[in-house]
Amino acid sequence: MAFSYARAAHYFVLADFIAGFRLGFKYFFKPKKTLNYPFEKGPLSPRFRGEHALRRYPNGEERCIACKLCEAICPAQAITIEAEPREDGSRRTTRYDIDMTKCIYCGFCQEACPVDAIVEGPNFEFATETREELFYNKDKLLANGDRWEREIARNLELDAPYR
Amino acid sequence: MTDLKKISIDGEVIEVDGAMTLLQACEAAGVEVPRFCYHERLSIAGNCRMCLVEVKGGPPKPAASCAMQVRDLRPGPEGQAPEVFTNTPMVKKAREGVMEFLLINHPLDCPICDQGGECDLQDQAMAYGVDFSRYREPKRAAVDMDLGPLVGTCMTRCISCTRCVRFITEVAGVPEMGQTGRGEDSEITSYLSQTLTSEMQGNIIDLCPVGALTSKPYAFTARPWELRKTETIDVIDALGSSIRVDVRGREVMRIVPRNHDGVNEEWLADRSRFVWDGLRRQRLDKPYVRRDGKLKPATWGEAFAAIAEAAEGKTVSGIAGDLASTEAMFALKGLVGSLDGVAECRTDGVALEAGNRGSYAGTAKIEDLDDAELILLVGTNPRSEAPVLNARIRKAWMNGAKVGLIGEAVDLTYDYDHIGTGPDALAATVNTPAEDWTPVKGKKSVVIIGQGALAREDGAAALAAAMKVAELGESGFLVLHNAASRVGGLDLGLVAEGGIARALEADVILNLGADELDIPAGPFVVYQGSHGDRGAHRADVILPGAAWTEESGIFVNTEGRPQLANRAGFPPGEARENWAILRALSAAMGKPLPYDGLAALRKAMFEDVPHLARLDTVPENAHEALELGVLGHAPYAPALADHYLVNPICRASTVLADLSRLRALREAKPMAAE
Repeated sequence: MAFSYARAAHYFVLADFIAGFRLGFKYFFKPKKTLNYPFEKGPLSPRFRGEHALRRYPNGEERCIACKLCEAICPAQAITIEAEPREDGSRRTTRYDIDMTKCIYCGFCQEACPVDAIVEGPNFEFATETREELFYNKDKLLANGDRWEREIARNLELDAPYR
Repeated sequence: MTDLKKISIDGEVIEVDGAMTLLQACEAAGVEVPRFCYHERLSIAGNCRMCLVEVKGGPPKPAASCAMQVRDLRPGPEGQAPEVFTNTPMVKKAREGVMEFLLINHPLDCPICDQGGECDLQDQAMAYGVDFSRYREPKRAAVDMDLGPLVGTCMTRCISCTRCVRFITEVAGVPEMGQTGRGEDSEITSYLSQTLTSEMQGNIIDLCPVGALTSKPYAFTARPWELRKTETIDVIDALGSSIRVDVRGREVMRIVPRNHDGVNEEWLADRSRFVWDGLRRQRLDKPYVRRDGKLKPATWGEAFAAIAEAAEGKTVSGIAGDLASTEAMFALKGLVGSLDGVAECRTDGVALEAGNRGSYAGTAKIEDLDDAELILLVGTNPRSEAPVLNARIRKAWMNGAKVGLIGEAVDLTYDYDHIGTGPDALAATVNTPAEDWTPVKGKKSVVIIGQGALAREDGAAALAAAMKVAELGESGFLVLHNAASRVGGLDLGLVAEGGIARALEADVILNLGADELDIPAGPFVVYQGSHGDRGAHRADVILPGAAWTEESGIFVNTEGRPQLANRAGFPPGEARENWAILRALSAAMGKPLPYDGLAALRKAMFEDVPHLARLDTVPENAHEALELGVLGHAPYAPALADHYLVNPICRASTVLADLSRLRALREAKPMAAE
């Protein structure tokens, strides 16, 4: 290899060190990109597909009418529904289970739902310690719906113009 | 007499009978025409307008193809075939227009509608409709009617095709429905808003092209796409109607008819259609052994040991009940035969003998009824015993056949000559064949004898006399059985000399699902069956068997047609297939049967009775006269005590119990005019 004065000068003035320090100090004084996660959270799109919830109408009546379209479209076959007529003759589920360990969060269920009953809410923090806790039943899903209704309704409203 | 006409359908020239409608001609040419009101087996109404086609050689407007005959069209100036088009812009526009009109008042509640997924309107709106609505006004709403415990209504969905009205009037023959009002106010109602009484009303659920009439017991429980469908055979009556059993998971969710021109056309009796909830209740799911007077759960080994111990050195007999498949009966006969016992299938003491097949399976087919000119019913009430067969007789009657009845005068939904109530009238028919209702040569006729005439003291004489009548008039002869297993049992020769009384004399009785007889105290009874019913109460050992939807089996129907019933699901708990139980029992008793699988069993059975192997064909039976006997005088009694509760599966069904109760109430309450 031929001798090069330029390379030698570069070497003796510690140019690489200086460039490295410059970059380091540049980011040292810039605002931080990382979040202090449990206390800080990033923005979520209204279309974010998180934990499932079953919604109710404002008068407290559950929306789900047991049409089983979500069960039919679910590519992971995570949803199980059983239905029968309620005392007042309306069509309601007696069982609505989602196996969250099977779910792939594709959002087809909420797309299929004709009454916006099953939705994937903005909650993504539902890790559990046991597997069994991820087998959601109807009570759990309705409770989710009650807890997240305000955020879900706002997200649906924000997304409505694009549908 | 055919009058063949040439017709061009979408450019393809075919030759069809001039009496055919354009819609049928299109079908013959393989062109699909959408329709709602048109149905092959009902009269033509022409009120839905969905089947519009463009014709040349007819009126210059879209023509309803279901209501226009091929011969109504003129040929062209040079004798060219008249032309029909189903794919022109005019037809497309006409269909879109009709669909838009239909959808004006049809609610868009498909998600809560039980018809969703198998709805004609849904499918045809996708195929022939437009994808938007111009209708902004409020929709019509109608008050639902109460049609009873079987048919649920949602009249807002009705598109007024009147198929239900036509079925109830024409096929069921109980004119209880009609259409009132005009235009938007027109609605389907039942007569005086009463509930339906027909015993084949369930068929209007299938006929309804939308979700206006739905099945109440099945309401909201399943969707068509999640059901596993198995084509099989019905065993609730001896007709062997073709059915489809829809199963979800382990449970039978519903039973619907299949088309079979030779047997049930496409109808099904209510007690066969709604029996499925009986398959879930009262099931025997583990073996029981009676210890200290009480039935206690046991293992299969204990149960077999108890039987082997009880049968040690004793006489053994086998009784086959109404729902036994030929395979199970063959295994029973083999087992009992190896123990030197007798096997019997005539649990009601009916006077039929094995061997002379023409005397118990008849010489006619059910299809022969269609063009018969004379039908003579002896000791039978087909409306109660086989409603679908009754609809077929009614069809023949509508085509001009005369019907004569010897037996109890009941409402059969058609007019008949009531010849007499008992054997005296039958004797007169044999002796004086001059009366105008006696079958005569040259006129196609069918004689049907029922269990009401056969299951009594003079049954053999009645059978001989009825066969004589058939012989004199060269008529077809049919025996209307009430048990699905009976013809199969007689084919296999499960008959003992001395009949059922002889079989009941044995020390140990192997009871294969016979619940319709009382076994006297004394013998050790082994009951093998699917339901905890009368037979199980009188048992010392209970072996849980599969119901007919849970095992593959061959059944021979009343005309002698062997048909295969397929397995739709699995038996509950420890219950097993019936032939397998008998095979295992034979090993436990030290006389193992010579087959280890269903295929080997069938092979052995087909060697014994070859015609069982020819599924879905009716073997020709020769007429072989019986010796005439002495007829009694007592009038013929009905063969069935209760139309709905005929076997353990029916008795376990709450829907049929409800129907039976309602019928009893109706019959107890006199009409207002009386």
